[in-house]
Amino acid sequence: MANVERPLSPHLQIYRWPVTMATSILHRATGCGLAAGTLLLTWWLVAAAAGPEYYAMVQACLGSILGRLVLLGFSWALFYHLLNGIRHLFWDVGHGYSIPVANKSGWAVIIGSVVLTVLAWILAYSWK
Amino acid sequence: MAEFALPKNSKISKGKTWTLPPAKAGEERKVRKFSVYRWNQDDGKTPQVDTYEVDMNDCGPMVLDALIKIKNEIDPSLTFRRSCREGVCGSCAMNIDGGNTLACTKACEDIDGEVKIYPLPHMPVIKDLVPDLSNFYAQYASIEPWMKTQSPAPARERLQSAEDRKKLDGLYECILCACCSTSCPSYWWNSDRYLGPAILLQAYRWIADSRDEMTGERLDNLEDPFRLYRCHTIMNCAQTCPKGLNPAQAIGEIKKLMVERRG
Repeated sequence: MANVERPLSPHLQIYRWPVTMATSILHRATGCGLAAGTLLLTWWLVAAAAGPEYYAMVQACLGSILGRLVLLGFSWALFYHLLNGIRHLFWDVGHGYSIPVANKSGWAVIIGSVVLTVLAWILAYSWK
Repeated sequence: MAEFALPKNSKISKGKTWTLPPAKAGEERKVRKFSVYRWNQDDGKTPQVDTYEVDMNDCGPMVLDALIKIKNEIDPSLTFRRSCREGVCGSCAMNIDGGNTLACTKACEDIDGEVKIYPLPHMPVIKDLVPDLSNFYAQYASIEPWMKTQSPAPARERLQSAEDRKKLDGLYECILCACCSTSCPSYWWNSDRYLGPAILLQAYRWIADSRDEMTGERLDNLEDPFRLYRCHTIMNCAQTCPKGLNPAQAIGEIKKLMVERRG
């Protein structure tokens, strides 16, 4: 047995993802995304304090197609992280661990986050 | 740190294909393909996936039946653990069709297409489908899985009410097959420090036992950023447990006790 360099059995390469595994990694990914998004928000606030010209430039940046796509992702990440955070709160007090419930709550978070994002953007565009 | 790709010596290539000899006149066959992970320390090769054709009309219904048939009739070098063939010993735990389960209780019929069989994920491989479980067993020993008491022993056995006994349901049935621990991404990335779902379920089994008197010490031993708190409720453990147990919930109960005892 000694001095044998054993291979590592495959893991991510072969594992079939349950929905709960996807919601878990998305929670972490959206958490990282939100940290980056907060920098964006700070940039926007700093721009507002820096004067009208700089603010106009940042507004143009964020208002561009690319800027709007980033904001769309940011808002979805916010809704996803919020809803899945609530799911985690239920787990923390000991509820929702059974597999059928965990699967359903996982799908509810995914679908709910998309619905809330669409609603928020419809609201934002119909503001004026 | 999480290493998502396989190391160079673990990369998998396509191996041999073993086709069935031509059918005899009048013989009716139901052929299925089994792709099985192969590695041994002697031939100097990296892991390969061999494909075997099996006639299901001449084979038992479970994946273990097919593996035994392959070993007996096609390729005696195929290596795997098995013992009870009825889901109580936990020896034949492996990754079948993308999920960890016991080969003896998994029906071939429940799998679509080719049956893909790998060892339990993210483990050092001893040979073929046999993983090295030394770390898993050492972690089990670390939680001291036996009843510990301080009060003097009674004249007869330590009694337990039916109600208290009920608290062990869903915990005592664990057969330590390691399906859950090796399904857990947190355990994949941190098995050197994180105890993993199976061992934590066992830890809770003793915490929940009304006759055990060392609950505080047991919780002290788990109060650690890695040993307990690497569980992020990914739920792969409960999804994959061949006995239908829920380690994630047991871990949740331990986390709750940690908060409650702080008052």
